[in-house]
Amino acid sequence: MTVNEEQTTINIAPGDLLREVGALNSDGYRLVQIGCTDVGGAYEVNYSFDKGYQFRNLRLTVEPETEIPSISDIYWGAFVYENELHDLFGITVTGINIDFKGTFYRTDEKYPFSVTRRGGDRCQDV
Amino acid sequence: MPGRIVVPFGPQHPVLPEPIHIDLVLEDELVVDAVPSIGYIHRGLEQLVQKREYPEYVYVAERICGICSFMHALCYCQGIEHIMGIEVPDRSRYLRTIWSEYSRLHSHLLWLGLFADAMGFENLFMRSWQLRESVLDISEDTTGGRIIQSTCKVGGVRRDIGQDKLDEIHRGLDSFEEDCRDLGKVFLNDETVKYRLKGLGVLSKDEAYTLGSAGPTLRGSGVASDHRETGYAAYGELGYKAVVETAGDCYARCAVRVRELYSSIDIIRRAIEGMPEGPIDVKVKGAPDGEYFSRVEQPRGEVVHYLLGNGTKHLARARIRTPTFANIPALVKMLPGAQLADVPIVVLSIDPCISCTER
Amino acid sequence: MAFLKRSPWILHYDASSCNGCDIEVLACLTPLYDVERFGIINTGNPKHADILLITGGVNSQNRPVVRNLYEQMPEPKVVIAVGACAATGGIFRECYNIAGGIDKVIPVDVYVPGCAARPEQIIDGVVAALGILEEKRERMAGGARMKEEAGETT
Repeated sequence: MTVNEEQTTINIAPGDLLREVGALNSDGYRLVQIGCTDVGGAYEVNYSFDKGYQFRNLRLTVEPETEIPSISDIYWGAFVYENELHDLFGITVTGINIDFKGTFYRTDEKYPFSVTRRGGDRCQDV
Repeated sequence: MPGRIVVPFGPQHPVLPEPIHIDLVLEDELVVDAVPSIGYIHRGLEQLVQKREYPEYVYVAERICGICSFMHALCYCQGIEHIMGIEVPDRSRYLRTIWSEYSRLHSHLLWLGLFADAMGFENLFMRSWQLRESVLDISEDTTGGRIIQSTCKVGGVRRDIGQDKLDEIHRGLDSFEEDCRDLGKVFLNDETVKYRLKGLGVLSKDEAYTLGSAGPTLRGSGVASDHRETGYAAYGELGYKAVVETAGDCYARCAVRVRELYSSIDIIRRAIEGMPEGPIDVKVKGAPDGEYFSRVEQPRGEVVHYLLGNGTKHLARARIRTPTFANIPALVKMLPGAQLADVPIVVLSIDPCISCTER
Repeated sequence: MAFLKRSPWILHYDASSCNGCDIEVLACLTPLYDVERFGIINTGNPKHADILLITGGVNSQNRPVVRNLYEQMPEPKVVIAVGACAATGGIFRECYNIAGGIDKVIPVDVYVPGCAARPEQIIDGVVAALGILEEKRERMAGGARMKEEAGETT
């Protein structure tokens, strides 16, 4: 038996993010992760939540220069993921409770995971 | 009012085998704030999906971390199997469960040892690691590898365990459990251990839940959440109930791990008894097209592999959220109020795995 | 200085490895393998150490840390690169920030292969390193003697 858990993904607009996340919070969901996929020219940001093994996912699709609001006022622990979004992908997140301003991940290259910003292949050839 | 000073903790620190850096803000001996920063083991391995085809990426997934290696492979394989709609044979699910629980045993015993070492309890450290060697012997015997095993693959497992070997393992479990219970007694009842751990690094149930903590850190604070309850691999048939402690301090987190040793042994015993006959893998054709958030309970907590396939042999994206990463906010909340001398214990109590965290 | 050979002190550092080799290094210290019976002690302080046991492919953040640790160790010193990543970068060599081996940053004397390297191999590597340590010590002593005979003051 393979687990086929229900995973719902809802596309939302950046303006609705705080309202949707707030609703999930008062519904008793916990934050599982925030992750980003660079689809080339735009970022897909996934906000994942869980309650009693029910998985819900909010998806934002944003342009590289779009600023997104922090959800750390609602979920205090979100700062690790939001700093990661900034450090690895170059997404500006405004109003993080603990804003490392680019020093959470210490990398020499800026925004190493961003195809959009670095252009093309990101691995070394050896 | 005493002045504040900042003491850097790490990257190279004798207590932790791995480099992490935390800036501790102190008032005399008391920690008032903690600011972690990471990056010393950041390899960017999520990007390797461009270089490795999806069946090969299992080997990269295993090397996210050398301690929970088998479960990273399992999580990745289950995700790909879900996207591609592959039903793996029953026997491989049972074998995966056995190996998962052995890696949990090895990880928890390793942690108990390091934790004892952080308390300055050296013979307890040695005893934990001595027990751990018998777990590694079984891993080596059944898979060929002590810690990195490479037995999980998309579509099943690579090796079978013969009936003789299963019987032998089953026979050995009783004396192993006895040894674990003896060890557990020291961790749970010893006055010195209690003195160092009780009331230290308290995380309330509410905090643990809203901070998004995972694993023993979450369960030590009274939240019954263990992904094995969802019944992936063979946990559905075998049944599992989360181990929970309520105090939320370092002692509770230690107690969760000690009691999980016993529950792991129990699962292995029942998995061997209920082991179905049959093939151990199925042929895999095609390439994954679709996405899935694959989740598995690791020794440190729930791990999430987000896998996005685009119909080619190379995945478009793998994003790995590891339990230690989710536990960093909890750590930042736990440290203030601790004394400088207790910092190593509090840091270790979340069982930090830095190579997981930074990937 | 002849006592060095009989009781080398080890400094272990994880330079961006997956942890697998590191726990095997630690396993060397525990009852089954127990390198302390050879007088080998694990120390946390680079200035106490004779042998640097180092794992991982070295990412860009770790370069200065590794160099710093190496420079703090007193002469004579030996570096052992443990595991496939430490030798060549291993499975991670294509990652964007991996230097691809310890020898890209500091000189390495002994390479221990394996992914993860087994404790027996690591102990073998340490034994090989002891020979090199002894050679280095003699060379240093020889250099000092020559200076003395030439009437130089040090």
